[in-house]
Amino acid sequence: MISGFFEAIVDIASSESTYINGALFAAFLAFAASGEWVAERAGTLNISVEGMLLGGAFTSAIGYDITESVLIGLFAGVLGGLIIAGVQAEMSHRLSADQFVVGLTLNILVFGLAGFLDNELEPATKLAGRWNIPLLSDIPLVGQALFGQRWPFYVLYALIPFTWWLVFRTRWGLELRSVGESPQSADVSGIDVNKRRRQSIYYAGATSGLGGAFLVFGQVGLFEDSIVGGRGFIAIAAVIFGGWTLRGTIAGCVIFAGALSFRLSIQGLGYEVNSELLQSLPFLVTLFGMALFAHRVRAPGALAQPFVRGLK
Amino acid sequence: MTSAVVSPRARSGEWFMLYAVSILAALVLSAALVEATGGDWRPVVNALLDGSLRRPGRWGETLGTAAPMLLVATGTIISSKGGLINIGQEGQLFVGAAFATYFGFLLGGPGPLNVSLILIFGAIGGALWAGVAAGLKFWRNVPEVLSTLLLVTVGGQLVAYGLSQPWLLLAPLADRGNRNQVSVQLAEDNRLPRPEIFGNEIPLAVLLGIVLAIVVSFALSRTVWGFRLRMLGRNPRTAQRSGVAQTRYGASALMLSGAFAGLAGAAMLAGGGFAFGNYQLVPGFSTNIGWTGLLVALVAREKALVAIPVAFVFAGLRTGSSFVGATGVEGRITDVIQGFLVLALLVPPAVMFLRDRRRARAAATERV
Repeated sequence: MISGFFEAIVDIASSESTYINGALFAAFLAFAASGEWVAERAGTLNISVEGMLLGGAFTSAIGYDITESVLIGLFAGVLGGLIIAGVQAEMSHRLSADQFVVGLTLNILVFGLAGFLDNELEPATKLAGRWNIPLLSDIPLVGQALFGQRWPFYVLYALIPFTWWLVFRTRWGLELRSVGESPQSADVSGIDVNKRRRQSIYYAGATSGLGGAFLVFGQVGLFEDSIVGGRGFIAIAAVIFGGWTLRGTIAGCVIFAGALSFRLSIQGLGYEVNSELLQSLPFLVTLFGMALFAHRVRAPGALAQPFVRGLK
Repeated sequence: MTSAVVSPRARSGEWFMLYAVSILAALVLSAALVEATGGDWRPVVNALLDGSLRRPGRWGETLGTAAPMLLVATGTIISSKGGLINIGQEGQLFVGAAFATYFGFLLGGPGPLNVSLILIFGAIGGALWAGVAAGLKFWRNVPEVLSTLLLVTVGGQLVAYGLSQPWLLLAPLADRGNRNQVSVQLAEDNRLPRPEIFGNEIPLAVLLGIVLAIVVSFALSRTVWGFRLRMLGRNPRTAQRSGVAQTRYGASALMLSGAFAGLAGAAMLAGGGFAFGNYQLVPGFSTNIGWTGLLVALVAREKALVAIPVAFVFAGLRTGSSFVGATGVEGRITDVIQGFLVLALLVPPAVMFLRDRRRARAAATERV
């Protein structure tokens, strides 16, 4: 029993498909999590990320169906994410509706809308072309996973450094972080707190929409309403797991993606495991991850607290 | 935040207008969506009314569907009064129903006694599942928004696992024919009675839901416990200073809301009816009742009494949706209508809040 277990682990760890799937899952989570991280640094625990992903995936499929261009499909995905971000941002940070209530409602609304419209319109999609980066893609085990993916995957390699630069090397990013830490002080020094927060949500919408489009063109190849399946919430968990640092967030994405990929591999390699328990593995890993690390890290000072001038 | 500038009458007029406009906007938007996808909205409305009220036996069905939604919503209101965001009712409901099934058979016993035991164990199961989230929140600092939600999937899979194991929930081979993953059916005298009124079967769970909503509404507004819980929700720091232990009150509120969801699951099991299957547990038993109950609570804005009519409206949308398919429009349009409605109902209070602030500011500058 025990030796069989280790054998299985070694088997899975030496299988290239584990890494390829892992990289796909991690990339998908990282698209969403990088935007979510920005929103949380500005003080919004943006739970509509699930809806943004699904909305982005749907509009990207529609975009491709109309133009037959993956590139335009990606832009359509960004647009879809931005539309949902618009509702979230304007309702929770212009009107003062509760951010969780708005996010939750949006998730359910988008799920209904995407399901309804998908059945009515049935957009046709396909996978994007595969780009093998010369030399790098020949690295054993991880080469194909990191450098032999379909091309929307590589957008991520630009997105993450860009996000870091935006938050840590621009005035906008500095203001954004101050808004998340201490909105009252930021307000006094002349920053429009709710405007920065709205912008951060729009950024999350754009990257999540891109993530949804990546899911359609880079991993699955078609749209269905269960395509995101709660992984938006794993992206939020990755931000918390990572202690609200970008590096930690990406690490969280990789670890949680590992659990998702492990689940696929262990079945693919023919090991008999109870499928129900295996299904919940990624979620359990996420919960354990947060239970271990969530109390050690410091959250942005005003996370999830709405800002209204004069009230505290 | 009442403003002295506007008379109460004008204010209620404003409220009415805001709500009327938002609800109308949601409905027009839904109708436009139906039209845009090549359907006709009028037969959809007719089908919804037929399915929820007009056809024989349908309003009893609607009431029966509303009951668990109302229970879930009532529980949600308790935790959100305490400032906690429980969004895992779907899982708590399912785990509660599984507890009810397991212990209902383990204990046996005479009919009425066992029915109450089934309901109680349902509540315990839901409370324990929410308790996991409460533990993670107060000992490990994991936000309950996420943990309750992640536990939905885990709970669903756990129950599905239980349903595949004969020593847990799976029925003996003789009782399940060639279906796998079903539990034993509740015995005749272990079911909640359903008296028939005007040709409609009314499940007793409706009564339970309404009574509990009234009790909770009273407890939240008129008891010391309710006062402390509200204080915790409004301002945790003040609550802490005046001796309200955040851990104790917060955890108990979260577990209580889980208990209501679990109770709803047990009531669905013991109440049966064609909406919730055949007095036995199957995978996917919860059929989004937990999620819809959560929406009911969001719309009711922390008022348990308001949740009663809202639950009936949402139940009507659900029972009506099965009739929509016949009109050639995808039945999932009701999910969309529901989403638009909830979103629209969030707008008036938010707008009113801003208006009040603006007025207060104007009044203040005038005085200077």
